[in-house]
Amino acid sequence: MKTILKYDGSFEGLLSSVFYVYEHKLKEVSIIKEEHYEPNFFDHSITILSEPKKAKRVWQGLSKKISPKAKTKLYKAFLSETLNIENTILYYIRKALSASVSIENDFTDSEILHLEKTVKKVDREKHRMDAFVRFQLTKDGIYFATIEPDFDVLPLNTSHFKSRYADQRWLIYDIKRNYGIFYDLLNVQTITLELSKDIHRGDKASLYFTYEEIEFQKLWFNYFNSSNIGSRKNIKLHIKHIPKRYWKFLTEKKF
Amino acid sequence: MDFKRINEKLEILADAAKYDVSCSSSGSNRKNTYKGLGNSNGMGICHSYTEDGRCVSLLKILLTNHCIFDCAYCVTRKSNDIKRAAFKVQEVVDLTINFYRRNYIEGLFLSSGIFKNADYTMERLIAVAKKLRQEENFNGYIHLKSIPGASDELMREAGLYADRLSVNIEIPTEKGLKLLAPEKDRKDFIKPMEKVKNEIIQYKNEKKLLKKVPIYAPAGQSTQMIVGASGETDAEIMYTSAYFYKSFNLKRVYYSGYVPISNDSRLPTIGSAVPILRENRLYQTDWLLRFYGFDVRELLNKEHPNLESDIDPKLSWALRNLDQFPIDVNKADMRMLLRVPGLGLKSVNKIIKARRYRKLNWENLKSIGASLNRAKYFIVCDSTTFETKDRTSAQLKSIILSNSSSKFSATLSNQLSLFDNPNTLSA
Repeated sequence: MKTILKYDGSFEGLLSSVFYVYEHKLKEVSIIKEEHYEPNFFDHSITILSEPKKAKRVWQGLSKKISPKAKTKLYKAFLSETLNIENTILYYIRKALSASVSIENDFTDSEILHLEKTVKKVDREKHRMDAFVRFQLTKDGIYFATIEPDFDVLPLNTSHFKSRYADQRWLIYDIKRNYGIFYDLLNVQTITLELSKDIHRGDKASLYFTYEEIEFQKLWFNYFNSSNIGSRKNIKLHIKHIPKRYWKFLTEKKF
Repeated sequence: MDFKRINEKLEILADAAKYDVSCSSSGSNRKNTYKGLGNSNGMGICHSYTEDGRCVSLLKILLTNHCIFDCAYCVTRKSNDIKRAAFKVQEVVDLTINFYRRNYIEGLFLSSGIFKNADYTMERLIAVAKKLRQEENFNGYIHLKSIPGASDELMREAGLYADRLSVNIEIPTEKGLKLLAPEKDRKDFIKPMEKVKNEIIQYKNEKKLLKKVPIYAPAGQSTQMIVGASGETDAEIMYTSAYFYKSFNLKRVYYSGYVPISNDSRLPTIGSAVPILRENRLYQTDWLLRFYGFDVRELLNKEHPNLESDIDPKLSWALRNLDQFPIDVNKADMRMLLRVPGLGLKSVNKIIKARRYRKLNWENLKSIGASLNRAKYFIVCDSTTFETKDRTSAQLKSIILSNSSSKFSATLSNQLSLFDNPNTLSA
């Protein structure tokens, strides 16, 4: 009989589940986010509680067998929120812990290759957010941006924005997952907000943003169009680089 | 700030700067110091892409499009009847900072028409960079154009503020330059390039001995050549390119398909197509030289002065050297793996890592990401089935072409039909 471990969706919760697998020497096991779980007749399911101590033990224990780089990969794969990625991560951990040599580059193993490819996707999305965030200066002096990334990459973006925009207050908000990161000139913290519904409406912009802000947006819009070479037009390539789902956040695509 | 006036200038001076294809912001390493603004490291970021599919990474503008020269290929040439404008130093600084703070750009790429003389122009460019670094504590990316003929002292100073410096040699051959820009001399392009190269070498040497040496042009130098304006062969272009890579340690050479902008009889007429496919083949060749261990003489020589348009230069080389294939992917060294058509840098790296665990078969290679439709004719692996038939280069080429589709197929079939059916010319 297969055991289903349901966890709360946090990375700590996932690591606590891994702890449980080893503690109870489970063989046939599957880990799933509680919200995705659909009861079925044959399996036996258990709810796992997030326990920082156990999670930490797993995370530190991994260092004995796998490189820091591979640990980061496990975390990034988790952020992909892909269905079943938990089981790929569990597979990876089990294989690494039981092997006598490093398994990190064994790309002939389809699960390891799958993890590698998932990490690639997450990295690309993280890089896109570094690129596509468009700050707007609010009347209270905060550079504010909203995003809606395919994966939950915001935690990965923190250090880039912190070291680049060290002398301005900024806030990047993931409207899909309803949380953001805010930098107050000292630290970055995770926050949750009630955003006004009309904050994205062009005709309401002057309520929230300064006059200069709107003028700079127009300058950027015009710059963007002036630097295009009409006789080399290649819309297919254009859309490949900036898929349409990101357009609503891009100042140069807004007016 | 007078936004209306700035906007007019921006439109004119961005439009004039767009024919410079470089927009790279990579290769630098500048940290954010004293809680200042910005940093630049590693690969750089493309913040947007224009509708022609090109990356927008830097605010790319001319300081002015007034110019004392009359180069036939250039849109800002003296005799061209266009709107002229000039930015003030402070205006460029304000634009850069405000665009940067909103995460639109990685930094500034400042070029200029030449007004009065080379040094006067270079001084203005330096003034912008200096102000950004010293007054605004700006650590983002700055790319300055080295003005041909600028003095050594100014080139020394430019490198102290800029991440990258570039001189566009524009015309690949000296005879082409004589024809299209008779007032210009190849020597004037080379002089600032030589100075910057020597300063970079000196910086690297001093860095080994001393702790604090002022950083000098950390992202190096680049240049650009216009393709298809002066009737040069691909070999002439790539040999010039290889020479510049070698003699001046350039980071990049850019190839820019000539966009017709003039009715000058020395140039392709307005309305003729931009040679985008040729440009692409030149870039592929450039990559083969820089990352795949090819020598330019292997790819282009007296017998083959031009690249083939219907297949990529690596496949073309392999078909001329069938005696070196097939190779065994489980044994071959990296140098040879990189020469296999259909294997790129990433798949070669994965192959080398993965084959330590077990011998690779076709399925493994496919899931790793190798393009087997080309590669399978040049390799063997851990499998009993492989291409055993001896084929001639011509046969192989036609098989590979019929089993693949090129993104340039429209361009290619147009070219073919022109030759197939002479009537289309008169129609």
